[in-house]
Amino acid sequence: MTILVIAEHDNAELKPVTLNVIQAATDIVKSAGGEIEVLVAGAGCQAVADAAAKAAGVSKVLLADSAIYSHQLAENMSLLVTELAANYSHILAPATTTGKNFMPRVAAVLDVAQISDIIAVESADTFKRPIYAGNAIATVQSSEAKQVITVRGTGFDAVAAEGGAAAVEAISFAEDAGISRHVADELAVSDRPDLTAASVIISGGRGMGNGDNFKLLDGVADKLGAAVGASRAAVDAGFVPNDMQVGQTGKIVAPELYIAVGISGAIQHLAGMKDSKVIVAINKDEESPIFSVADYGLVADLFEVMPEFESKI
Amino acid sequence: MKVLVAVKRVIDYNVKVRVKSDCSDVDLANTKMALNPFCEIAVEEAIRLKEKGVATEVVVVSIGDKACQEQIRTALALGADRGIQVETDQAVDSLSVAKLLKAVVAEEQPQLVILGKQSIDSDNNQTGQMLAALTAMPQATFASELTVADGKATVTREVDGGLQTLELTLPAVVTTDLRLNEPRYASLPNIMKAKRKPLDVKTPDALGVALKNNVKTLKVEPPAERQGGIVVASVDELVEKLKNEAKVIG
Repeated sequence: MTILVIAEHDNAELKPVTLNVIQAATDIVKSAGGEIEVLVAGAGCQAVADAAAKAAGVSKVLLADSAIYSHQLAENMSLLVTELAANYSHILAPATTTGKNFMPRVAAVLDVAQISDIIAVESADTFKRPIYAGNAIATVQSSEAKQVITVRGTGFDAVAAEGGAAAVEAISFAEDAGISRHVADELAVSDRPDLTAASVIISGGRGMGNGDNFKLLDGVADKLGAAVGASRAAVDAGFVPNDMQVGQTGKIVAPELYIAVGISGAIQHLAGMKDSKVIVAINKDEESPIFSVADYGLVADLFEVMPEFESKI
Repeated sequence: MKVLVAVKRVIDYNVKVRVKSDCSDVDLANTKMALNPFCEIAVEEAIRLKEKGVATEVVVVSIGDKACQEQIRTALALGADRGIQVETDQAVDSLSVAKLLKAVVAEEQPQLVILGKQSIDSDNNQTGQMLAALTAMPQATFASELTVADGKATVTREVDGGLQTLELTLPAVVTTDLRLNEPRYASLPNIMKAKRKPLDVKTPDALGVALKNNVKTLKVEPPAERQGGIVVASVDELVEKLKNEAKVIG
């Protein structure tokens, strides 16, 4: 069997989550044998394909380089992937907003069920996935002829980014569905690491009071090389933009160190960060549920202790 | 313009989910059920389109046993005009739901179909995209802003890096994210009025759809419990622990 992994990228660089998805594919290969190929679809994305070719365990990289794929519109991505599908037993993409967008379209055209957001591979047809916002873990077995799967990156380690030497093969197929058009992107520009790739994250919640107070977190983030996140409550209150949201409906993260500041710990937030290696909670309410998952809790007024914390790390 | 909204009956989002002791599934006996929150946002958006004079009729469809009529009535109380229940007591997967909705779309010919981005029970995030694929409609998932004019829908989407705006040729499928709107509460007079609004019941057979379910749930377990840790007394102690015990900062 051959597995197709669809790369996550921004036309300039390969996003690290792709390496986690390749690990999931490697787990399938371990149980059933086979090879792993990577599809890079984008515009002017040769560098991404070259990076994917170096990832451990990849036997071939397919490069679909066309303006049609510059924004990876679901309509065009699904035409491309379904065109290639005949060669593969499994098609895997990361459960990012891009993967979640086009993969069900692929599955429907292939007339197979999709398995979303897997966190573990049991065998070539059996997977674990969270349901009910992570309050239960289901083990599911698919009898479909072809498996279409999205992978939660935090469920798998990343394969080595270097060491492989796969061939890159260009694909000429380029069909524009012509029913949707990209108008604009309003993407956050930051010198800090991406939330989903950061090894340290510091997040603020409703307790921050307003958007300005997030500056209290910036200083710590600068010192630790951390990404800054937020709870849904902080986003809904308009303190910070939505792309900072960590939680079931935002980003799912699992850094080495997660520092939750002024976050009570609603289930929806915990679902997005409870797999972090070390969790620190700073909150003045000692009854907050966040303390039940924190390795180190500090019951204190964040406005008093954050400047001190920044100065002492 | 007619707008079709698909809604799902799910466990109320305030209810704590418990796994059955035999690990066969979650225990839904005697739990409070409700309209899936993302579906509620979809209904609200359709009603706002009608209030703006963009939509002329809002039709709500749900798939399930008789109990899901309760959620259809909720949507009618919020302001939808008419309901359709596709009656089945089988557990249906997203692909089967999308096929049933495709059949409803063929009958109703809406210009816009709005769905929640995912249901809070199975968390699949598939149905809208699948419906769009089966009907060859364009899609915009995770919408935080929607405007409809001149045969096009302009949709701002919440994506990992920020926001993305797409323009779709109608008919189109849109799925809702949290920040699209804040749903209203149904007033008592509207709840009473909703009881008299039309609600058609159809069957998968009549719609010509064979249900299948090729993904079997073998086991449902509670997630691994995370051990709570210690409470530190001061910033100094916290920094000391992070440096010397957890060794996560230098």
